[in-house]
Amino acid sequence: MSSPVKIAVVIPAFNEQQSIATVVAAVNDISTTEVTIIPVVVNDCSKDNTKKIISGLNCIPLNLPINLGIGGAVQTGIKYAFDNGFDYAVQIDGDGQHPPQRIPDLMRELQKNNWDVVIGSRFINNEGFQSTIMRRTGIRYFQFLLKLITGETVTDPTSGMRMMNRKAMELLYEYYPDEYPEPEALIIYNRNGLKFGEMPVHMVERQGGVSSIQGFGTIYYMFKVTIAIIFTYLRK
Amino acid sequence: MGRIQFISIAVSLLFLGYVLGQIKKGRLREEYAFIWILSTFALILFSFWRNGFEVLAQAFGVIAPPNLIFTAAIFAILVYLLHLSLSASKMHAQNKTLAQEIALLKEKLDKLNPK
Repeated sequence: MSSPVKIAVVIPAFNEQQSIATVVAAVNDISTTEVTIIPVVVNDCSKDNTKKIISGLNCIPLNLPINLGIGGAVQTGIKYAFDNGFDYAVQIDGDGQHPPQRIPDLMRELQKNNWDVVIGSRFINNEGFQSTIMRRTGIRYFQFLLKLITGETVTDPTSGMRMMNRKAMELLYEYYPDEYPEPEALIIYNRNGLKFGEMPVHMVERQGGVSSIQGFGTIYYMFKVTIAIIFTYLRK
Repeated sequence: MGRIQFISIAVSLLFLGYVLGQIKKGRLREEYAFIWILSTFALILFSFWRNGFEVLAQAFGVIAPPNLIFTAAIFAILVYLLHLSLSASKMHAQNKTLAQEIALLKEKLDKLNPK
């Protein structure tokens, strides 16, 4: 029998003391003898009890000494996965929005299509939590921008539920955006010849914590990501 | 020599002395020291050469010499601010890499020495 496939589930956590234990338990539940699934929790210098909680959980705890933002935290987990010989790394949110039960499906979809990255999308079947009208408008704008630049259609460019193989991990090891990395990462894949695609995933509303994108942050978010997308495209 | 000329020469020299002192103590990196020494020399030069600005203003076609000073100074400040933004961005990236390395090493260390 060949050795089991190893998947690292990177869970960035910033002040997620309410939901982190549930998410980690759900990830551990789906680990089997053929597919070893290990939660890697990246505590982004949380101010609450996240650090204490994760040290008692069945997971790999990575505690950042300073707050790096979601991108820096996810990249830490990707570095861990790559350095420790994991076959795949999957990123899910620490607030319980993404169903870990779909991780084996993501892997099958990735292998079936020979992709380097697979993205879980809320908008293929329009199931589950669909976010607010404002956010969907923003998402449609990113769709348009990405289509314009890459020619590819991505229905859910801001989705944080993604699985990548070692080729993609190696690429993101070098560079991954600090803030709001999701749409920008798609351009990085595209510019470096990585193949990616989407599969439908049913998401739920966040179970704890607050979104990093609201109020004035929204304007900054749109502006920052637009600039980042254009310049990432021009870089190579 | 007018009183203001004496004051400006004295202040410029004190400033130069201070900058050189900071470099000597290793508190100011040479790349930054360069620009400060250069600006100090400009200050000293124009303290001695009182008509300097009028001559330069005429050469650039500026009617009022003080305008030339403001334009040049603001431009120099903007360039320097851009330089500082670039340094800050670079340090931000280096800082991030260091923090990530620390987190990864701490995990390895804790695995070796379980509490």
